[in-house]
Formats: sequence, structure tokens, C-alpha cells
Amino acid sequence: MTDNQIALNQLPIGKKANVSALTSDGDTRRRMLDLGVINGTEIEALYKSPSGNPVAYFIRGAVIALRSDVSEQIIVSAP
Amino acid sequence: MGLTNTSTGAGVLSHCGLHIEKETEQDKIVALAGNPNVGKSTVFNGLTGLNQHTGNWPGKTVVNAQGTYRHQDTNFIMVDIPGTYSLMANSTEEEIARDFICFGEADAVVVVADATCLERNLNLVLQTMEITDRVVLCVNLMDEAAKKKIRIDLPRLASLLGIPVVGASARAGKGLDRLMDTVGGLTGSAATLNPLRVEYGEEIEAAIALVESEITDVLQGRINTRWAALKLLDGDDSLLGSLEHYLGFDPTQNTEISQVIAQARYLLEEAGIPADQFRDQVVTRIVKTCEVISRDVVTFEKKEYVARDHRIDQILTSRLTGIPIMIALLFLIFWITITGANVPSSLLAAGLFSLEEPISQFFLWLSAPDWLRAIVVDGVFRTLAWVISVMLPPMAIFFPLFTLLEDLGYLPRVAFNLDNFFRKAHAHGKQALTMCMGFGCNACGVIGCRIIDSPRERLIAILTNNFVPCNGRFPTLIAIITMFFAGTVGGAFQSVVSTLMLTGTIVLGVAMTLFISSLLSKTILKGMPSSFHLELPPYRRPQVGKVIVRSILDRTIFVLGRAVMVAAPAGIVIWILANIHVGDFSILAHCAGFLDPFAKLLGLDGYILMAFILGFPANETVVPIIIMSYMATGKLTDLESMSELHMLFVNHGWTWLTAVCTMLFSLMHWPCGTTCLTIRNETQSLKWTLVSFAIPTITGMAICILVANTVRMLGLV
Repeated sequence: MTDNQIALNQLPIGKKANVSALTSDGDTRRRMLDLGVINGTEIEALYKSPSGNPVAYFIRGAVIALRSDVSEQIIVSAP
Repeated sequence: MGLTNTSTGAGVLSHCGLHIEKETEQDKIVALAGNPNVGKSTVFNGLTGLNQHTGNWPGKTVVNAQGTYRHQDTNFIMVDIPGTYSLMANSTEEEIARDFICFGEADAVVVVADATCLERNLNLVLQTMEITDRVVLCVNLMDEAAKKKIRIDLPRLASLLGIPVVGASARAGKGLDRLMDTVGGLTGSAATLNPLRVEYGEEIEAAIALVESEITDVLQGRINTRWAALKLLDGDDSLLGSLEHYLGFDPTQNTEISQVIAQARYLLEEAGIPADQFRDQVVTRIVKTCEVISRDVVTFEKKEYVARDHRIDQILTSRLTGIPIMIALLFLIFWITITGANVPSSLLAAGLFSLEEPISQFFLWLSAPDWLRAIVVDGVFRTLAWVISVMLPPMAIFFPLFTLLEDLGYLPRVAFNLDNFFRKAHAHGKQALTMCMGFGCNACGVIGCRIIDSPRERLIAILTNNFVPCNGRFPTLIAIITMFFAGTVGGAFQSVVSTLMLTGTIVLGVAMTLFISSLLSKTILKGMPSSFHLELPPYRRPQVGKVIVRSILDRTIFVLGRAVMVAAPAGIVIWILANIHVGDFSILAHCAGFLDPFAKLLGLDGYILMAFILGFPANETVVPIIIMSYMATGKLTDLESMSELHMLFVNHGWTWLTAVCTMLFSLMHWPCGTTCLTIRNETQSLKWTLVSFAIPTITGMAICILVANTVRMLGLV
């Protein structure tokens, strides 16, 4: 497995990846932690909104829409 | 009202300053917690029925609901605490929830969880169990989970967590008896439970033990010391404040405790856990524990269980179809409303106006003075008849349809589709949701703005909510469209044209919402949009029967009742104004004459503008007031169909331009009285209330002046 580190907003639709780092801080970081976004969490990019931003992700059994300013602060390692 | 800090002094503040009335000493207090969207309020309503009352949490603009139920000869007082994902005090809601669980002296805490998304929900459960032992987990939506082939081993879950677990499908009323039994059993016994403790790893555990040993004596068992130690290590300022507020305990004032905390933090840092990573470590451990438990008890019998929802979402939110489908749905709802309302409207009008004669006869038989008959029949009764026949049918159709869409879970998808526009307007993505709530009632939309955390974006959402027409304004728009635009097109296309115009009006309202939000973001409410996440909950089959009953009873009757309350006195006022003459003209004519020059500038006339002013308490009354004013000055008395109404309006100088400007002004003018009061309550500021009054009024006037005078200049009318 090649360790291909990308920001979550770069993850193509339909692909899954595991979180390797959270670069946000403050409120945004805490919100992500509340949703269970921690190192190792699997996230699947589900679909884009009509304009391409936000994007809906599948995170621990829930569908969560994130704007790109939030998702670019989640680093995932794409398998 | 509730006990306040000053009246009782710190330390004896029970129930977090919340006023809880116990009938007897034996009454039990049960806190109800849970993530948002898990059916917590269904559980609450299912248990307490109509024995509820709502207020605000002391000093906060967060709704607090309390209800009571009786079970096995004991009264249970249920306190609904705000729906949150966590108790880490990231928001006011979380702070309230944490404080009530910690200091509210509840006899039990029921945490409601979503069976279809148990893992995420366990986070809150574990955090609650850290604060108190007396927790009951209610796994709700078991029926939804079963449909999605998700099996949950509840006994295993109970033994892993070490707390009672009850499965429920609150919407079908299932499992609530068991929940009451379990809560009764827990609160009735003094047995100590031994709930699962999240293990934070050697280093953090050592630090907790160090601090815990120091604070045990001071806290005297008033709150869980392990949890308090964890939070002190975390340096949770919000909890420090609450500790001082509720227990009169300020650890920073105690040198020994401060020293121990500093020492523990030093040891953690040595062990490779600096302060800024502490909370991450803690959360990570909790989330991992949830993951382990969830793997153990949840079985997905069909892995693709969510695939259907995702496929639906892909269609409803895609680049090509997302927004067109949204507008089509809006169109469909309006079309059903307009076509469906036509017949009952004329039936109601015919029925009510046929009563006019018998009522007049009755007054004659009483030998009552004629002015009394005139006030009651020509004033009050006619206005009421208009309000009911013009307003009731569209409301009774629109409300349930809209609620069905809401129940289905479509509104978050609307927010998802529109988010890009709101982001560009530097507004919050959830403003799309509060805007949708405004379709029902602007006051509800304004209250709904509480879901927006950031004060700047919340204010923008409040100030612009009035740009979407509420249910009270729809009938006005529909009536004018039907009279002036659809009538010229014959047959089956009539309702299509009406619907298209109404949909266009709404789209204009949404566009204005975005434009004004953007303008505010660049001027008096400068700032960047805050980060947020939007949950797209699974679609749920709406309970059609319940929705219809609920929306007709709760909303339609309420709104109609308010309209009637306003319409009756308005009828009297209009009758008096129209029948008392000063000089050659009635007072009504004088008032209208006074307003007329300005109203003409707006493309309206004096009577229309006056109807909007008199309609301030309830927008539903605007068209009936216009009709009454014209009838009071004209000769026509027998009006039972839209075409006769149309004649009445045309005889009073209406052109298509008047109709357009009245619609524009109806879409954009001051918020109704209830909404203004709500804005005052929500913002706690007279200034912002005035601003919220001024923004749509000035916008509407400017647009009306522009449209009216452009059309006149071009000689189009």
C-alpha cells in the first residue's frame, strides 16, 4: 500500500480513505472530533452538491456534508 | 421564575437554576439527552403527552421543555436537555446539557440514541456515563434499523456498558413502557451501578489518579471526581466557571490543587502528551471505545443497507438534477395548493355569505339598533368570512404538504443544494434550513436560527428570514395571481400559470435573501463564514396521518385563530372608519387619501397600503381588509367568486401593475407583529429589531418604486 497523503477535498467521489491527520484547530477541530473523525477513521466521499462544494461524506454511519474549507484540513491516506 | 443565583446564593442552586416544581418529595427528575435527529422529542412527547410546558434555560436563548408522566404511583418530571453530539462544552447547548447532567440533581439521565447510527451516538452515552452512574440508554428507531437490516444485540450492549438499555420505536409508541419501567427501577433503588469507564491509557490514567486524590475531599461526592479530574487536566474553562457557579468551588484558588494539576500536566508532557494534545487523546480513546463496542453489538446483515438512500441523494443533489428537482417539488406543492384550494374556497365563501342574511334577520328580530347590526355583520362577520374563505383552504393544504417534506428529511438536502450560494454570501449553510422554516411561519424561522452557532451569521439569518413569504402571505399572493394573471389564460393552464408565478415569486424571495445576506456580510455584519457541518439524516417514511392531524391542529388552527383574533377587531375598525364621516368623506377615505400619494409612488393605492399597515398583527388579513375597504366605499355587496372580486378591484383602479406591486410589497415589507416580537426576544436588542423591520420595508419600497415608475415611464399601463 502506497501512502498517498491528500486532503479530504481531493478524494475522488466513491473512494474511501483513512484519516491520517487533522490540521484544523479550535471549534472546527472539536466538531470533527465529535463526529468521530480521528486518526484511522474511514471516510468515503459520497457525492457533490450541485455546485461541487460542499461534498457529502460517509463518516461512521452518518452522512455529513462538509465545505471544502473544512475538508481540506482533514488529511487522509488514500489506499 | 426560577431560582436565581442572587436569591439562593451559590452552592444551593439545585437543578441548574431551572425551576422544577415537584408535587411531592417522592417525585423523580429524569433528564432526557441525545444527539440531534434521534427522535428525542418523539420519546419526550410519547412519555409526557400533553403534560408539558416550555420556557428558556435561565439566562439563555435555548428552549427548555419539561413534562411529567406518572408511572407505578410515582410522578416523573422529565427535563428535555438540548440535543448535542458531545458534552465537551463546545457550544451553549453542550454547556447546558453538561451542566444539567452534572449539577441538575436528576435522579436519572435517559440518553436517546439512533439505532441506525449507534456508533456515533455512543460517544454521548460514554461521556454522560463519565458524569453520572444513573444512565439509561434508550436505543430509538429500532424499526428503521430493522428495515435497513441492522441488528443490535441490546443485552450484550447493556452488559458491555454496565447500564440498562431499552430498545424503542418511539414513533410507533413501542418500547416506551419498558423505558418507564427501567427508569422507575433505576430511580427507585439505591443500588450502585458499575458503568463502563473509558480507559485513557497509562499516562493519562496516572495523571487522573493524582488529581483525583487531591480533589476528592473538597468535592465531597457532589460530582464524579474522576471526571472532574479529567476536566481539570484538560483545563476546561467552561467547567471551571460552572464548578464555581454551582458548587462554589474554584480549584484555581486552591494552591494544593493547582500545584497537583501543574505537576500532573508536567508528567503528561514528559510522557509525550503536551497540553494541546490532551483533549485529542481523550476524544480518540472515547471514539475508539465506541468503535469497539459497536463492532461487538451491531451486525449489518446487508452491507449495502445505506445504498438506497445514497442513490436517492445522488439524484436529488446532483449537478444536473438537484436544483431543478427542488424547484419542481416547490412547483408541485404550490400547484396542489392552488388547484386544491379553489373549490373549498368558493364553497366556504358561498356558505359563509349565505349566513349573512339570517344573522341580519336575527338582529332585526332582536330589534337591535342598526349600527350594531352593521358593525357585527358588515364589519366583523364579513371580514371573518373573507379571512376564513380566502386563507383557510390554502393554509390547510400547504401546511401538511410542507410538513410531509420536512418529515421525509428533504430539507437538509435543500440546504446541501443551496449551500454554495450561502457560502458565497458569507452566510451560514444552515440558513437555508431556517429560510425553509420561514415558509411555514417567519416567527418559527427566526426561532429556528438558534441552530446557527456563530452570532454574526445567526443575525444575518434572522434579519433576512422575512424575505420568504410565510404561510400567512401565500394566500394573498395566490388570490392576486388568480384574479389578475391566471384569469386571462383559459382552462387547464390556469393553475399552471398561477403556480409558475407563485414559484417565481418564491425564487425572487430566495434571491433577495441571498442578496441581502451578502450585502450585510459586506457592510454592517462583516465577516467570513464560520465552518460547519451539515448532517444529511436518512430518509424516513413520513407518518402521513399524524402529519396531517398535527399540522392542521398545531399550525393551521393556530395561525387561523390568530388571524381571526386580528380580523374581528380590524373589521370593527374598518367599519367605523368607513362609516364615520368627517366633512364629505369617511375617515377611511381621509386616511387612504393621506397615504395615496406615497402609495401611488409604490404602484399601490392608499387603501392597499393601509391594509398592509392594519395587517401588521397578522398578514393573513391584508386581502380581506382591502376587500372590506373597497366594499365600504363602493356599491357592490354580493361577492362570491374571484371574477366578481376582480371586478371590484378593477373598479377601484387596479391594473396588472397594481397587482405586481402588491405582490412585491407582500413579499417584501415589515415582518408581522409576532415575528417582530420574536426577533426582539431572540436578539435581545431593540436596535436589531428595528433593523429587521427596516431592511425588508426599504427593500420592498425601493423595488416597488423602481418597478412602478419604470413601467409607467415605458407606457406599459
